[in-house]
Amino acid sequence: MPKPLQYMGQVLFYLLFVVVIGFFSTSPTYTHLPPDETLIKLSFSHAGQHVGACRERTPEELAKLPQYQRKVTTVCPRERSDVVVELELDGKKLYHVVMKPAGFSRSGNSNIYRRIPVKAGKHTLKARLKDHDGDDYNYVRDETVNLVAGRIMVIEFKAETGGFIFKNHAS
Amino acid sequence: MTATKQKRSMVRRAQFALEGALNMVFGNGLNPLYYLGALGFFFFWVVVISGAYIYAFYKTGIELSYPSVEYLTNEQWYFGGVMRSLHRYASDALVLVMALHLLREYIMGRYRGARWFAWFTGVLLIWLIFAAGINGYWMVWDKLAQFSTVSTVEWLDWLPIFSEPMSRSFVTQEVLNDRFFSLISFAHVTLPLFILFLLWVHIMRISKPVVNPSRGLATWMLLALLVLSLVEPALSQGPADMALEPTNLNIDWFYLFIYPLLDAWTAGQVWALVIGSTLLLAVLPWLPPRFKNIPVPEIHLNDCSGCRLCVADCPYEAVIMRPRSDGMHFAEEAVVIADRCVSCGICAGACPSSNPFRGEEDYMSGIEMPSITMSGLRTSLRSDLEKLSGRVRLLVVGCDNAVSVLQLQSASVAAISLPCIAMLPPSFIEFALHEHHVDGVLISGCRAGDCYHRLGVLWTEQRLAGKREPRLRSRAERKRIKLFWSVSLDIKELESELESFRASLTSNQTLTKVREER
Repeated sequence: MPKPLQYMGQVLFYLLFVVVIGFFSTSPTYTHLPPDETLIKLSFSHAGQHVGACRERTPEELAKLPQYQRKVTTVCPRERSDVVVELELDGKKLYHVVMKPAGFSRSGNSNIYRRIPVKAGKHTLKARLKDHDGDDYNYVRDETVNLVAGRIMVIEFKAETGGFIFKNHAS
Repeated sequence: MTATKQKRSMVRRAQFALEGALNMVFGNGLNPLYYLGALGFFFFWVVVISGAYIYAFYKTGIELSYPSVEYLTNEQWYFGGVMRSLHRYASDALVLVMALHLLREYIMGRYRGARWFAWFTGVLLIWLIFAAGINGYWMVWDKLAQFSTVSTVEWLDWLPIFSEPMSRSFVTQEVLNDRFFSLISFAHVTLPLFILFLLWVHIMRISKPVVNPSRGLATWMLLALLVLSLVEPALSQGPADMALEPTNLNIDWFYLFIYPLLDAWTAGQVWALVIGSTLLLAVLPWLPPRFKNIPVPEIHLNDCSGCRLCVADCPYEAVIMRPRSDGMHFAEEAVVIADRCVSCGICAGACPSSNPFRGEEDYMSGIEMPSITMSGLRTSLRSDLEKLSGRVRLLVVGCDNAVSVLQLQSASVAAISLPCIAMLPPSFIEFALHEHHVDGVLISGCRAGDCYHRLGVLWTEQRLAGKREPRLRSRAERKRIKLFWSVSLDIKELESELESFRASLTSNQTLTKVREER
C-alpha cells in the first residue's frame, strides 16, 4: 500500500478510536427517572413488640440467679412481632410489606429500604404501621403531599417521636 | 464440518480479514490488534500516572470531593483537567482493549489446555478493573456518582448478607458519612495494586510477555487520547444531592452499562447475569468440545547436555533446568512442566540433538515430542522427498495453526505440517537441500507478529538469519529458502507464493549449479 494511503488509514483508525471512546464515554444519555416522576423512599429500622407479655420474676426465681443478674426483674420473650407497613396514595394501595425481625431468634429490628417511583403532583399519602400481633395499625399518618418531579420524599419511622416522619423538602 | 465449527471458521476469517487490512495500514509492528494485551498494560499505566496527579489534589469529604475535582477541571484545565480526561479516557480504552483481547483469544482458541491459567486470571481481572473504574466514578461525587453509588448499594442489598440495608446510609444528605469518601479513596488506591498483582499473575506462565506496545503505537495512542481530552474534556454532572433523584445522565457505557439494566431488571436477575457470565467465562477452557491434548515433550537424558536452548525458546515457561540427576558430567538437565506445556514442539526444534544428520537410524533428541519424534520426522521426510519428481522439486513446511500446507502436496512438492513452525530444527532445511537435493524450501506459518504459539515465527526468522541458536548453517543457501507468513486462511495466497518461489528458482543460477551437482 502506498505510504500516503497508509498514513490516511492510520489517521482514520485513530479517529475512529477516539470517536468510539469519546462517544460511549458519555452517550447516549440515559433517562434514569422520567421527567414527570419522583421517588418515595421508605427507610427505617424498627423493633416490633415482643410476642407474648413480659412478666416479673418471682422472688424464688430471682434467688436462683447469681447476685449480679438479679437487677433485671422483668423477663420478656425474645421473639418480636413482624412489622407491617402499608402505604396508600390517593386512596389506592401503593405498597404493602411484612417485615420479619432480624436474627435467628427473630429478636432483632425489622429493617426496610424501598424506592417507590410515583407520579409527581399533589397526592394524599397515608402510611400505616403495626408492630404487634393484633390486627389494628397502631401508627397512622395521613397527609396531603406535594411531590415535585425528581425530588425524593423520604418516609422514616421513629416510634419515640410518634411514628412516621415525612421528609419532603417541597411541601 | 459442524455448524459450530463453520461459524467459528467464518469468525476467524473475518478476524483475519480485519487484521490483514490493519496490517496493510500499520504494518505488523504497529497493528493494534496484535498488541491488545500490551495496550491494556499501556492504558493501565496511563491511568495510574494521571490518577496519581489527580489524587494529589483530591479531597475526601461530602462537601470537599466535588469542589476539589471541579477545581482541577476548571481552574487547572490546562493540566489537571487534561489529566482527569486522560484518566477517564484511558480507563475506557482499557476496557475496550480488554474486551477485544478476550474476544480475540477466544476466537483463536487460545484459552484451552495449559492456557487456562492466563484465561482464568484474566476473568478475575475483569472484575477488579470494573470495580476500580466504578469506584473512580464515585469519587467525583456528582449526580452520576450518586446514581452509581446508590444503585450499587441497592444492588448489594439484595444479597442476604446484610442485616440492615446499606442503602439506608445514603437516603439523605444528613446520614451520609465522610468516612464513605475515605473508604472509596482508599479502595481506589488499593484496587489498582491488586490489578497490578493480578496482571503479574496473568502473564506469569508466559515467557517474554509483550507488556509494552511498540513505541510508535503507544505514542499515537497517547496522542489520540490527549487530543480527545482537549476536544472533549471529562466533566462532572453537577454536585450530588441526596434529596434529588438524578434524571438524565451521561453515563460511561464502558463501565456503567450495568446500571440501566438494574433499572430494567430486578437485582436478582442482574446478579444471575453477572455471576452466570463470570462462571461461564471462567469454566470456558474446560467446556466441550474437548481440547485435544497432544502429549507433552519428553526429556531423554542421554541426549540432553543441559544447554538451556529449550528453556530459552519455550514460550510458556514450561521447561526449566534442574541439577543433573543421572551422574553425567553436565551441570543441569531439562525438565518439562506438563501443566504449563501447550505441546508446540518449539523446544524440540531448539534442541541441538534434533539434528537429522545424526548417524543412528532411530536417534533420540534431548527433548522430543512423543507424537512427532525427530527420527520419525526425518524418516517421513526422506520417504516424501525420494518420491519427488519434476523440474523444480520443493519442500514446504507449515504450521498446523495457519493455512494448511498439506493441500500443496503434488509430484514435485512435499509438504509437512508441524504444531508450530519453530518445531522445525534449521538443520532439517539443510538436510533437505543437501542430502535430498530439493531445489527449494518454503517455510510457512502464522502471520508475523501473530504466531499462535507466540514466538514460533520470531524464533524461526532468527534461527534462519543466524541470530539465534540453533542457527541455520551458511552452506544452506538463503536464495533457496523462502519464508512466507500467511496473512489469511486462503490457500490461494500460499499457492501463488509457491509458484512465484518456483519461478524465482527456475531463473536462479543457483538451481543450475545444483542440477549440475546432481
